Amino acid sequence: MAVLRVKFTKTKRDKLAQVLWILNWISVVTGAILFSLGLFLKVELHKQGEVMAERDIQYVPNTLIAVGLIACAINFLGGKICYDCVDTTKFLRWKLIMLPYIICTFFFTFCVLVGALMCYCMHWELEESLNLGLTEAMRFYKDTDTPGRCFLKRTMDMLQMQFQCCGNNGYKDWFQIQWISNRYLDMSQKEVADRIRSNVDGKYLLDGVPFSCCNINSPRPCIQQQITNNSAHFNYEHQTEELNLWMKGCRQALLEYYIHIMQSIGLTVLITWLFELSVLTGVRYLQTSLENVLRQGDPNSESDGWLLENSFMETARMNLNIIKSLGKGNQIDTATNGDPNINVPSTSKAHYGPDNVPPKQITEDS
Amino acid sequence: MAVGKVTFSKVEREKLAEILWLLNWISVVTGTILFGLGLFLRVEIHKWQEVMSEQGILYVPHMLITTGLAACCINFFGGKICLDCADTNKFLRWKLVMMPYIICTFFFTSCVLAGALMCYGIRSQMEESLFMGLRNAMRYYKDTDTPGRCNLKRTVDLLQIQFQCCGNTGYRDWFQIQWISSRYLDMGSSAVVDRMRSNVEGKYLMDGVPFSCCSTFSPWPCIQHHLSTSSTQDEKSQQLNLWRRGCQQALLDHYTGIMQSIGLTVLLIWLFELLVLTGVRYLQTAMENVLRLGDPESESDGWILENSLAETARSNFNIIKNLGKCYQVDDDPNINVPTAAPEEELPSQQVQVLVTS
Repeated sequence: MAVLRVKFTKTKRDKLAQVLWILNWISVVTGAILFSLGLFLKVELHKQGEVMAERDIQYVPNTLIAVGLIACAINFLGGKICYDCVDTTKFLRWKLIMLPYIICTFFFTFCVLVGALMCYCMHWELEESLNLGLTEAMRFYKDTDTPGRCFLKRTMDMLQMQFQCCGNNGYKDWFQIQWISNRYLDMSQKEVADRIRSNVDGKYLLDGVPFSCCNINSPRPCIQQQITNNSAHFNYEHQTEELNLWMKGCRQALLEYYIHIMQSIGLTVLITWLFELSVLTGVRYLQTSLENVLRQGDPNSESDGWLLENSFMETARMNLNIIKSLGKGNQIDTATNGDPNINVPSTSKAHYGPDNVPPKQITEDS
Repeated sequence: MAVGKVTFSKVEREKLAEILWLLNWISVVTGTILFGLGLFLRVEIHKWQEVMSEQGILYVPHMLITTGLAACCINFFGGKICLDCADTNKFLRWKLVMMPYIICTFFFTSCVLAGALMCYGIRSQMEESLFMGLRNAMRYYKDTDTPGRCNLKRTVDLLQIQFQCCGNTGYRDWFQIQWISSRYLDMGSSAVVDRMRSNVEGKYLMDGVPFSCCSTFSPWPCIQHHLSTSSTQDEKSQQLNLWRRGCQQALLDHYTGIMQSIGLTVLLIWLFELLVLTGVRYLQTAMENVLRLGDPESESDGWILENSLAETARSNFNIIKNLGKCYQVDDDPNINVPTAAPEEELPSQQVQVLVTS
């Protein structure tokens, strides 16, 4: 009971081989697209790498890159095979390789599906990474003289201006961080000294934000100092003022940006997976129909093609037995103590044909 | 004494026709490139049009766009002609059109050259336009409630952030402008009122700049107010705090760079078009001479001009003069005016009829 049996005439087989040749070359192109999508994601993640804490998020673009390259190679080989399959004599060259090739490609399509699913599931790790990374970046904002951290101020400023965001969750995050370095604080001033003394950790905290938080859409010049003090500025109420600073938090902004990219990439990879699966099905049909043609002997006759020769359960059982006997082949035979040269007489009664007559002893008769 | 005379065999003529057909199609592509370049320049100028005072700069991209489209049409037409010129019979179809076509294309290539030179020559006009435009933009920076100018604050802030510049020629330009609207000034405060009274025009001037002038390369938080009296900074460290370049210079450099590249590309396209035109001219004269000789298989001469440049100029000038003369009022052509000069004519012979008997 074959699974999905289809009859193929000679012209149908030839046409199938030609169509599969073209589809395999299209798959090479989609493999290259997968590769470049992985590369693009890697570059985008690297661009904002300074505000991401150490997390395993690079495995997603790396998987896409590897899968893309393997897809190119597999489909290139598949194209060559399908091109030769038009001719029955050339098919003999590939006959032994085709079944392993199909099995490999089947497992490979699993990898493509896993890659697509990873794109959708990555954002939890990313959120955690961004949360930690942004907190660290803000804490070291003022350390422009510490080697290794001296560019964090610039990175943070460019990030806030480009993504139109402020702080981790919002602009109030800056109120809890000393973002002005002590180098630029005049310690002799009473106001500065008081503020530092009033804080438990001795930090200079203020209700102000860096200039990069300023919203360019604001109709009035940016208020970045004494934000919560309504009386410090004329005609200003900070609870209702929404246009003065960027209201969105940078974690949210970056997350939305990357989720958007990864959803698009994930969709493309899913479509690629479906395409690969259809190509694989076509190659399987081509392989089975050509093998049946060879079995029948006449290259011009009709032949059947199928996905599985027997039903799904039987195929699974057979394969399991094969694997079990592979395991048994390695066991030592205890009857002969492992020595195959000893002749062990069979204990069971011998059976001598239908009438069960033992052969006559040939005596030397004169 | 023909100018640039070259002899063409039949094989050479056919090869020339084929090559010209290919070159004409390449010229269609370069025409599209011209069009694309003009479009690109138009978009780039449009982005920052609000800080340019006059719109006359737009004639450069418009010229490039028109020239590009015309190049596509002319070279498409030329390709068709050259394809037919391989065959002498088909050439007869185009014989009358070819001369006007060559003259048109010659004037068209001068337009391409004019477009290239304009790209280089517009710098001074752009400098003036940017200066006036930026000055106005800064003056209306505070007028975010005036319709028609409410976006100028956003435009200037974006400009200063993107091009990393401050003010017109430098950050001090902001000291002479009231960039904080009176809506946000507390007129009840004596400090504010004093400052406004001390100014002749009643403007609230301060030694501060908008936040968009802050440099991201600066290692410390931006000091944008009390710039003249900063006690914590010295002159050297102040250099890194704000953007030092003026926006006029920044925009000018940006546009000059674009237009120099575009101008170079257009010059190369002009040389290519001239080459194609020369080839078409040779093909035309060679084919016409073949027709004059009568034998399609024979060799023929091709040239750029039949006579020397001076003679051609003179004969064309005479043609134009005669054209003018035709319009002068002549005597009534119906009256037969006997010619004054003796004509060379054979005297009518008396035909003697010999009667033969």
